Amino acid sequence: MTALDSVLAKCRSENRAALIAYIPAGFPSKQGCHKVIQVLADAGVDAIEIGFPYSDPVMDGPVIQEAADISLQGGTQASDVFAALKTASDTGVASVVMTYWNPIERYGVERFAASISDNGGSGVITPDLTIEESKGWLEATASNSINPIYVVAPSTKDARLAHVTSVTGGFIYAASSMGVTGTRETVSIDAKDLVSRIRKVSQLPVCVGLGVSTREQARSLAAYADGVIVGSAFIKLLLNSKDEQSGLDAVSHLAKELALGVREGR
Amino acid sequence: METFDVLGHFGQYGGRFVPEALIGALEELEAVHNQTQQDPAFLAELAELHRTYTGRPSIITEAKRFSEHAGGARIFLKREDLNHTGSHKINNVLGQALLTKRMGKKRIIAETGAGQHGVAAATAAALMGLECVVYMGEEDTRRQSLNVARMKLLGAEVVAVTSGSKTLKDAINEAMRDWVTNVHDTHYMLGTVAGPHPFPTMVRDFHKIIGEESREQMLELTGRLPDAVLACIGGGSNAIGIFNAFIPDTDVRLIGLEAGGHGVETGRHAATITGGTPGVLHGTRSYVLQDENGQTVESHSISAGLDYPGVGPEHAYLHDLGRAEYRAINDDAAMNAFALLSKTEGIIPAIETAHALAGALVIGNELGPKANLLINLSGRGDKDVQTAAQYFGIPL
Repeated sequence: MTALDSVLAKCRSENRAALIAYIPAGFPSKQGCHKVIQVLADAGVDAIEIGFPYSDPVMDGPVIQEAADISLQGGTQASDVFAALKTASDTGVASVVMTYWNPIERYGVERFAASISDNGGSGVITPDLTIEESKGWLEATASNSINPIYVVAPSTKDARLAHVTSVTGGFIYAASSMGVTGTRETVSIDAKDLVSRIRKVSQLPVCVGLGVSTREQARSLAAYADGVIVGSAFIKLLLNSKDEQSGLDAVSHLAKELALGVREGR
Repeated sequence: METFDVLGHFGQYGGRFVPEALIGALEELEAVHNQTQQDPAFLAELAELHRTYTGRPSIITEAKRFSEHAGGARIFLKREDLNHTGSHKINNVLGQALLTKRMGKKRIIAETGAGQHGVAAATAAALMGLECVVYMGEEDTRRQSLNVARMKLLGAEVVAVTSGSKTLKDAINEAMRDWVTNVHDTHYMLGTVAGPHPFPTMVRDFHKIIGEESREQMLELTGRLPDAVLACIGGGSNAIGIFNAFIPDTDVRLIGLEAGGHGVETGRHAATITGGTPGVLHGTRSYVLQDENGQTVESHSISAGLDYPGVGPEHAYLHDLGRAEYRAINDDAAMNAFALLSKTEGIIPAIETAHALAGALVIGNELGPKANLLINLSGRGDKDVQTAAQYFGIPL
């Protein structure tokens, strides 16, 4: 049982949804990233996803693309991702890495899974790894006792949902709508339908991401999802702030609002 | 030789590395492609389009004066440059446009580097009444402004991509983002033998006519198979197209010429097999230009169409098997061959294609006067006049 499993079980026992925050390693700077993680943990998030910035992020909208560019220009390496992961797990929240597949393959599949575990991480979200290509990865995550977390979409058919969820650990990442990451005015009604279809094939917690940026959105998702994932909204605040401290303050404020939101849904 | 399994693998290469959101569309595409490859009515419709619209079969021209510079080896040019729209790309887009209609989709998106695939996609869309959006790196819209105008005249919308390196790889990223969002009514008309399964197989199937025609034509012209078949490699579609029919003919050498840019040793090149390592990019496992963290490294080539840090997975497989050879041709050698073919044969080739011609000069000298070389003349060079004039110092 990973720290992530425990946190999600605890949230379930409290009859509320979990709040999961995403921040890329090395953003807004190598040191700044560690401060953001501390602020998020202090504000009451339940789990933190550390993004591995990648040169070709096809699932990401302009906000996360810009953050990844800034991070890579700052020289972010795999070691920085693991350092950020350790900072997150040291705060006491559950921590995972979210990464496109190629950096894992390049680092070494078994070695990557071992480094996640060594730095207190609970698992890895792999948005472009299909289950058909997952054999080695599932062996590595199992032998290192971490959660392989897969993303499913509104277009995923029922039969495939059953397949994907059967190999997933930790939680199922439900993409709220068809499209890339980024804040949206409204979270699509597709999300509710997708979550209920997942419930029919899996007992695992289901967390919803893509497009969430406000307390109201968090509240409405928390009514039926086990967790709410927020990324671009935090990054936007950091990109638009005039200095580091005002960015951290804005992140703290939003995280506290969202933490209230996930407790108001039911 | 059937080289892929049901998951679209070529040995350890190929496969599908994409968001779940795209799986349904890829499965539908694979099913429709498999079905239509067995459907005589579909194949007849495509063949008729090729006869009356593309201008197939394309002819073979023997390049006698050019041969004098290639150690006297006989050099035969498969004239894909004479196809409608000026390159081999039309073979693929007509096939995919017919599939788009079969799937009931109304909109196509495409990426383009040099603009050849974008122009071909816009052409097929115009012919079949489909909406068309072409993603093109901002850098390339400047290098290839003539093709941008052509696409607009054909009724396509051209989106200049400003993310990342602003070239072909970023245009593919942006097209994939569009596809993930609009997959319900949109087909992604990928222009090369890369990307997730079924693209490498499907695009090959639409281009294999190049090799099938030229194999017969060579037998008719010379009474035997060529000693070597040469083609330039960016993503590798024209090369797979001409190689495919010769793969079982193990005495025929298959040689792919990659873009060596300023020289593979300088790091400023696009020779993915020669200078890259296995990795995953744009949905498929193949050779990739990448750093030690798995980040894609920017490629460099004078040819916008070869300026891509990946390569089709079947080429990676043919390379590892030893069935095909891959060599790098630097910018200067390619431009030398570009000028030479223009002056000795009256044919201005695309700069992409000039890499294969430069390879022919080298291989011809290695093999000597008894050798017959077949070169895929994949595209014409009208679009490159500006680049070439700049390179050779011709005032415009």
